[in-house]
Amino acid sequence: MFDRRLINYFNWKLLGITLLVGGFGLMVLYSSLKAGEPSPNQILFTKQIMWFSGGLVLMVAAFLFNYKHLDRWAYVVYALLILLLIGVLLFGKHVAGARRWLAVGPVSIQPSELAKIGVIIVLSHYYSKVADTRGLTFRELLLPMGLTLIPVALIIKQPDLGTAVLILLIASTVTLFMKVERRTLIGMISSGAALIPLTWFFLKGYQKQRILTFLDPDRDPLGAGYHIIQSKIAIGSGMAFGKGFQKGTQNILAFIPEQHTDFIFSVMAEEWGFVGAGAMIVLLMMIIIRSLQVAHGCREPFGTILGVGIAAMIFWQVVINVGMVMGLMPVVGVPLPLVSYGGSSVMTIMISMGILLNISMRRFMFEDGKRVLK
Amino acid sequence: MANYLKAIDSEWFKPRLSMSVLIVAVVFTVILVRLFYLQIVEGESYRALSENNSIRVQEIVAQRGLIFDKRGELLVENRPSFDLVMIPKDAKPVDVTLGKLSRYLNLPEEELRARVENSKGKPAFKPVVLKQDINRDLVAAVEVNQYDLPGVFIDVSIRRQYMGRLGACHLIGYLGEVDPEELKKGKLLGIKQGDMVGKSGVEKTYDPILRGERGGRQVEVNASGQIRRVLNKIDPVPGYNLVLTIDYRVQKQAELALSDVTGAAVALDPQNGNILAIASSPAFDQNMFVVGLTRDQWKALISNPSHPMTNKAVQGEYPPASTYKIITAIAGLEEGVINENTMFYCPGHYVFGKRVYRCWKNEGHGYLAVEDAIAQSCDVFFYQVGQRLGVDRIAKYAMKFGLGSSTGVELDHESRGLIPTSEWKKKRFGVPWQSGETLSIAIGQGYNVTTPIQLAVMIAAVANEGIRYKPKFIKGIETPEGKIIDQPKAEILERFSLNKHNLEIVKAGLWKVVNSQRGTAWRSKIEGIDMCGKTGTAQVVGRKKGEAERSEKTRPAHYRPHAWFVAYAPAQDPKIAVAVIVEHGEHGSSAAAPIAKEMIKTYLLEPEEGSSLINADIKNDRISEEKKDNV
Repeated sequence: MFDRRLINYFNWKLLGITLLVGGFGLMVLYSSLKAGEPSPNQILFTKQIMWFSGGLVLMVAAFLFNYKHLDRWAYVVYALLILLLIGVLLFGKHVAGARRWLAVGPVSIQPSELAKIGVIIVLSHYYSKVADTRGLTFRELLLPMGLTLIPVALIIKQPDLGTAVLILLIASTVTLFMKVERRTLIGMISSGAALIPLTWFFLKGYQKQRILTFLDPDRDPLGAGYHIIQSKIAIGSGMAFGKGFQKGTQNILAFIPEQHTDFIFSVMAEEWGFVGAGAMIVLLMMIIIRSLQVAHGCREPFGTILGVGIAAMIFWQVVINVGMVMGLMPVVGVPLPLVSYGGSSVMTIMISMGILLNISMRRFMFEDGKRVLK
Repeated sequence: MANYLKAIDSEWFKPRLSMSVLIVAVVFTVILVRLFYLQIVEGESYRALSENNSIRVQEIVAQRGLIFDKRGELLVENRPSFDLVMIPKDAKPVDVTLGKLSRYLNLPEEELRARVENSKGKPAFKPVVLKQDINRDLVAAVEVNQYDLPGVFIDVSIRRQYMGRLGACHLIGYLGEVDPEELKKGKLLGIKQGDMVGKSGVEKTYDPILRGERGGRQVEVNASGQIRRVLNKIDPVPGYNLVLTIDYRVQKQAELALSDVTGAAVALDPQNGNILAIASSPAFDQNMFVVGLTRDQWKALISNPSHPMTNKAVQGEYPPASTYKIITAIAGLEEGVINENTMFYCPGHYVFGKRVYRCWKNEGHGYLAVEDAIAQSCDVFFYQVGQRLGVDRIAKYAMKFGLGSSTGVELDHESRGLIPTSEWKKKRFGVPWQSGETLSIAIGQGYNVTTPIQLAVMIAAVANEGIRYKPKFIKGIETPEGKIIDQPKAEILERFSLNKHNLEIVKAGLWKVVNSQRGTAWRSKIEGIDMCGKTGTAQVVGRKKGEAERSEKTRPAHYRPHAWFVAYAPAQDPKIAVAVIVEHGEHGSSAAAPIAKEMIKTYLLEPEEGSSLINADIKNDRISEEKKDNV
């Protein structure tokens, strides 16, 4: 049985912006792969196109079934992702001092990326059941805290600080969105404020150094600080209209670190100027606002919270990444959604978009306040 | 129900969602404003900066810690080294610059060009090393012609300087370029590709302490690559200095004495396990590794049949031979199968089953008790002690003294040796132990193998009456200013109670080895020092029945037995314990004992700087004793 309304309600605009950002991203990626090389690194570019194609398939898969199944199977999805994270620690590949990748057949995936969706799904499931207008109490927050901290701990162990911070931010955003009882909120903020100086006391010298550098890259003028300076030169030197495709000198001469992953926005700003980089920022903002609109249009809490969670994920990734390369944020490795090179990152975003499309096209199935599963 | 009334619905979400959209819009406006500021307001100046690419990072290498001996003698230091470096981006046109460089410096242009070619693909502002470690004349030539050589400069770095010869090369080890595979594992903090790291010995084990922390400068350069302004600087942190427990006088003595033979020597302080000397021969020149070995040099080192790269003091496994009689004697006394008065008759051979087991002395030792059996190293006596004990009871004592297991010294690739038991044989070969085999074991032959450092630990534990220390070579760790920050303590691995009287008997036997007319090492007696010791002759191939002892001279060199000597001194208050092996040296008394003697003499008698004359004495001793034939 096929309901025509599924097509009538399809969110073409969200799909369109997503593909636009992805296409623009691929172009910038192509240019960034030329850094320090006589010709662009074709292999990585081809791989990224393959990731995108795979991502499109997963996106379609993510809207074909009724998303309410995610509500029902939330804990199973979550448990599978936790198993993957444990698998990474046990069997993961060592790359540059970290274990983040798990080989699945011919491809390597980064389960920490997928874990972001897992946490969003499980929190949406939980909050849609327990939340009420009074706000969440401390007792009600215990389980979500545990559900968040387990993957965070496993990811810190890899170590992948960027993703761990990201999951904490997403979980906190969703929780605050659900409203926390004032008493509990004040209690938690003040106990957190008291705990931080206390942990500082127990950290070793080099750990303190690392955190200080993270907060203030200028403390490390030879490493992170130098990267930020070069990144700012790249962005600034793009001026209004940019230096042109494949003409960014900071990019070509490899002054920009990690130019095809974390610092790809610098390449874009250098070559496309304020016009291009500003357009990209606006497009990314539109994806986030569209996500919130999907949440708004949904008439049952699970879908709404899920939409908010995905919006929070993209929001924080963009803010942290762009903020970092412009010298506004600590230096932490977070990919720019749909633009940075990386298969798992692209797939995660595409799956998330699929889920949003799913929520959007099935909004007619729910009457206000009731939960219907077809 | 109250809860139901308060349940959330989509109306409740609406204001919260609107608020979220507002927050997103505000944050993204901030981002856009920042982007506008960087690209439009400040864009002009950033464009200028990007055109010059004038901000660079230069590294400042940290000074690696120095290494001293226990008396403060400098064993390893650093020297400045000058590398010829070019930044291709600043050296434009590169071809012309290379041509000039080759003319000024008289270096083949192809060689320089090849270096530049090799670095193709790297960023053009990254320096390329054209020639490492150039001499001062070339440095001067570059400096004089600096104006004509854009982008070319001299990079002063620090290079490791070893003694070259007699420098405890196996203990200290050497530096080499970090292995990219190791680097990928990410366990090496603060190390980058191309860095020099410790590859063996102390340099490797203590690499994190010696290395220090790299510093650097963020500088702004002009169009020809000269520094205009230092924007930021981090001073390098020099590494810590190491003070070893080595007494360089003893070390040098050991290395000199071993210099034309293959073998090893270890000297320990029996009161704490400090290594006073550890030598292995042949040695190699660590400085070769600093500059980088050529393929031929490496091949020569690796294919040398005497294995110069192996630290035989900890990696070499040899049958302990008659030095093992110390263990058999202690086991026999402790287990009560003999006492100090138990006499056995030695007719020069011993018949067991259908086989005849020979004593090294064909004419026999006659009647003797344990003390004289040790002094004269009578095989027949110990065959019978061994037979009464059985293999497992001997093994128990050998293991107590640390034989057959690694000593735990902080050096790579330590061998464990092997002390056989009946259970071991059953497992290894699937057949039960034969009592005849126990006879070989009792005199340290058969399956027994030990390393020189194990025997040094063993004789030190005899000297200190039952304390087995972990051998260590670090006396202290100092800051570059000489402030001591760590002094590792002596580590006791095992303290076993032995009957004092029994030990005294064995010690008396060991004293007689050196100090009585019939002792096997009486020629190595030191005037004024009571040295106790034990010789050993480790068979390389089985001794054939009826083969005359004295025909050994005519055997090919690699069939000649290895020579052992273990010793400690002074007898009453032991301060040094030594184990020496000379491969194919034939006789412990003639080949190994003189080396141990000179090491002990140097340590106990020489008040200050050692004299190199002693070396000549050793060689004379060895020649004169060539004819004496014993174990």
